[in-house]
Amino acid sequence: MTLRKRLWTAAPYIVLVISILPIFLGYFWLLISSFSTQTEGLLPVGNLTLEHFSFLRETPFGTSYPSIWRVTFNTFLIASFMTITVVMVSALAGYALSRLNFPGRKPFLSLTLILHAFPSVTLLIGIFFVLRALGLYNTILGVGLVMVGFEMPFGIWLMKGFFDNVSWDMERAALIDGATRLQVWWQIILPTIKPGMAALALFSFISGWNAWLIPRTFTIGAGQQATLSVYLQNFQGETVAVDWGAVTAVGLFQLIPVAIFFIFTQDLLLSIYAGGSKGGV
Amino acid sequence: MKVVLENLTKRWGDVVGVDAINLDIKDGEFVVFLGPSGCGKTTTLLIVAGIYKPTGGTIRFDDRVVNQVAPKDRNIGMVFQSYALYPHMTVFQNISYPLKLTKTPKAEMQERAQQVADMMGIGHLMDRKPANLSGGQQQRVALGRALVKEPGLLLFDEPLSNLDARLRLSMRSEIKRLQVELGITSIYVTHDQVEAMTMADRIAVICDGQLHAYDTPAEVYDRPRTLFIARFVGNPPMNFTEVEVFQANGAYHARGEGLEMVVPADRGEKVAGKGKVIMGIRPEDVIIASEGIPGEVHGIEPLGRDHLVDMKIEDIHFYLLADPSLSLKSGDRVKLVFKTEKSQFFDKKSERSLLWN
Repeated sequence: MTLRKRLWTAAPYIVLVISILPIFLGYFWLLISSFSTQTEGLLPVGNLTLEHFSFLRETPFGTSYPSIWRVTFNTFLIASFMTITVVMVSALAGYALSRLNFPGRKPFLSLTLILHAFPSVTLLIGIFFVLRALGLYNTILGVGLVMVGFEMPFGIWLMKGFFDNVSWDMERAALIDGATRLQVWWQIILPTIKPGMAALALFSFISGWNAWLIPRTFTIGAGQQATLSVYLQNFQGETVAVDWGAVTAVGLFQLIPVAIFFIFTQDLLLSIYAGGSKGGV
Repeated sequence: MKVVLENLTKRWGDVVGVDAINLDIKDGEFVVFLGPSGCGKTTTLLIVAGIYKPTGGTIRFDDRVVNQVAPKDRNIGMVFQSYALYPHMTVFQNISYPLKLTKTPKAEMQERAQQVADMMGIGHLMDRKPANLSGGQQQRVALGRALVKEPGLLLFDEPLSNLDARLRLSMRSEIKRLQVELGITSIYVTHDQVEAMTMADRIAVICDGQLHAYDTPAEVYDRPRTLFIARFVGNPPMNFTEVEVFQANGAYHARGEGLEMVVPADRGEKVAGKGKVIMGIRPEDVIIASEGIPGEVHGIEPLGRDHLVDMKIEDIHFYLLADPSLSLKSGDRVKLVFKTEKSQFFDKKSERSLLWN
């Protein structure tokens, strides 16, 4: 191949590498900074140390503040609650919207789309009053419910899309075989869209795990209900110089479970893009 | 189980899918719904299955009105064009699914599923998933699943359309043989008139939601009631041309563009003096002879056993089946004889047969 042709084939790769470089460097710095006493730019200047990870043993903010383990548990609770609720409710709603003909179906679909695009931040104050009235302010359940509410339109729309791709014949066959509508949904359709559900579960879990605004708004700052992102924010005070090493260490700590989750579910997710079964679909 | 459809209608807003169809199916009979795509035959089938609710009319299974009965309570089995197997279940689980839903004990489930699978010739594939089966095997699993609950009525929705030609032939006779052996009333939907002719006890010809004819294959073939039936049934399709029939010298003659021939009295008397009518004659009823109407060979399609010859008489094309040994070539001039004792005549406007109504 001529040089020109070589450049032409390499061009997409070059563009991709350049685009990813900043992100990659960011993660690179995260790693380096967590293990060094000091960094200048991207490179470690001081010694390699594990002292930033002391937060694993004792809380750096004083005894009234929860330990990292309590905070992690809270985050995990919220993320799991979100995942399970969003997936289950979306699966039921998506099926109804895809298959059943009920009055108000079209308006409901439009509503779902509008809500998905809605800037939810504008509702924060209103939600505060609702939570307080229900006695759910500063509780894990309160935070979880709000997050579920914001994630739901996306979940419903996604699931409806997956249900639309399942052939009607398979359902008809199951109905004739003797299944009730609910049995068709649980025993036949859901197993068929497992990759779709896994994708939604992953998005919901990550969304819950990384959430900052909602937990920050609806829990009292240094309370027992803090999540990892709120915990992290406490490092960035205005009176003391920011200890970036500690910040990145906690950041790395927050990153690890998601990375593991992703590694294990990646194969399952990729099968969404692969073909369906041979013949009958 | 016998099935009676009375004035069955299905409408979606202004669109009429099924238009007042009246049919009765005897117990153990094999009925074929035949028609082109979009004519309403699958819609009718799905109404019988209970998937669609009719807009008007009634359906009776053995004198019991089943309009509002759910599919699972109708005691039916159905085979789909796409097989509709459950991809996440093995062959055994697919076949035994209807039994699982009625909470049949495990041992009985196993026995019956194996029995049906052996009958379908797939007893050795019980542990495979549908994705690892060929099209023909998948179809057999689908059929097994429909049969395992010993239904009173079997429904087929173009089950052989996705199979290759060879397999279609063998599956066709196998389905028919099975149906005769088990004696289950069956409704079979297809657009393939060869399937209809070879398998049906009676054929219901449907077009645009309306029932055009409901008769034995022989009747439908030899005595088509409408132009649509004559055109649709028979391969290669019937030839049509406009003629005028008149009486002269004690015999009936049909005269059209470039041709004139004698028509037997029993047909001629029904058609004479009616102005321009449409005459139909099947390719196998047009013969090359030493004397007759002059025609020119326009094209030849070798079919192996016969040659399908495109003949031109004046500007009108006629297809006929010729013996390959005649070695016809494009441009040859031959003489044609029409076997008018097999001819059909239709009214130009109503498209109804002038002979059989």
